[in-house]
Amino acid sequence: MADHEHHHHDHDHDHSDLSETELRVRALETILTEKGYVDPAALDELIETYETKVGPRNGAQVVAKAWSDPAYRERLLHDATAAIAELGYTGRQGEHIVAVENTPATHNMVVCTLCSCYPWPVLGLPPVWYKSAPYRSRVVKEPRAVLAEFGVTLPQDTAIRVWDSTAEIRYLVIPMRPDGSDDLSEGQLADLVTRDSMIGTGLARTPAEITA
Amino acid sequence: MNGAHDMGGMDGFGPIVIEANEPLFHAAWERRAFALTLAMGRPGGWNIDMSRFARENRAPIDYLSKSYYQLWLAGLEVLMAERGLVTADEIAAGRPLHPRRDVQVLTAADVTPMLARGAPTERDAAAPARFGVGDRVRAKDLHPRTHIRLPRYVRGRIGTIELVHGAHVFPDSHAHGGGEQPQWLYTVAFEARELWGDDADPTSRVSVDAWDSYLERA
Repeated sequence: MADHEHHHHDHDHDHSDLSETELRVRALETILTEKGYVDPAALDELIETYETKVGPRNGAQVVAKAWSDPAYRERLLHDATAAIAELGYTGRQGEHIVAVENTPATHNMVVCTLCSCYPWPVLGLPPVWYKSAPYRSRVVKEPRAVLAEFGVTLPQDTAIRVWDSTAEIRYLVIPMRPDGSDDLSEGQLADLVTRDSMIGTGLARTPAEITA
Repeated sequence: MNGAHDMGGMDGFGPIVIEANEPLFHAAWERRAFALTLAMGRPGGWNIDMSRFARENRAPIDYLSKSYYQLWLAGLEVLMAERGLVTADEIAAGRPLHPRRDVQVLTAADVTPMLARGAPTERDAAAPARFGVGDRVRAKDLHPRTHIRLPRYVRGRIGTIELVHGAHVFPDSHAHGGGEQPQWLYTVAFEARELWGDDADPTSRVSVDAWDSYLERA
């Protein structure tokens, strides 16, 4: 499969000078620690936070609540920063969040063509593809082709809205609630919400996909 | 600056590589580079716009041949060297060669409050917004050698104001020590055909966030 070959190619490319970079980072950490500019315990705390506490599970809670609570959905669409803060998700790279809602008529997607802007408090750190040249260059120009590479084919009359985060505004896509999810609890609904569905490169999973 | 970082609409980068069950970090050094970069924000005292410029301000071949966290590292080294915190000879030697500067350090107890606080950019507006929702605007044809957050692909193109975000710190001055100089920030929607010509998807639009001085009435 072409994707597979590219994956390996990219992987090698990313790490072709691994040892040189590894040594450089180790040297830097030694210098910074010996000079007293960084506290090793603070480094551990930063890594721990993003490896275990902050990730797309946070955003899934937001979406599930919006799906099941109409008043919350309204607050989220009106002032997403405040509505997301209600659930405790605030701060760095999420200071100003706008929620955009997918409907049968409109599909939203998010990119940062200039760097890697991404709503950390609700989605965690971005995947490599989001930060990569192919995604950043192409999604503004050929969003349907990009969606197809993610396995998403929309009707031709569905409008596509691409949000390029060029400032400190961060966008969260509220995917469409899948059919057959009426009887699910908020917690079960959150299991349907994928990271990609909140970037707009995927759709929410169906209840059948979860139980399959 | 018109650098390789400004990628919107470029061709030739190939397909998107999607990795199943992607790990948060692909190598141990990425984890360290990430944490060191965040931790050095406090002693370094730089802002996000300075960080972005330090990462993007390099030759295209250098920018494109570095992986994501290699770019972070390169940017961090620039920012530290500019402030005399860690210099190139120290990194080459792998040990401190110069005296420590008297700066604040991020402690473990500071991490959660620092992340929770973030760095909000909204400021009081000195004057009413120049544009309102629905106004037609043209993105100016701006090409400074310094930092700018207006992507090349919208320059000269006409769009519609769709959101008004209040006044926000202006990155173009903030990145270069010119202070916050807050300006009104808008989301501007451009029809795909306005950006990419008649062959573009007629149902598609692209929105960018643009500061007031990037725009003129159309």
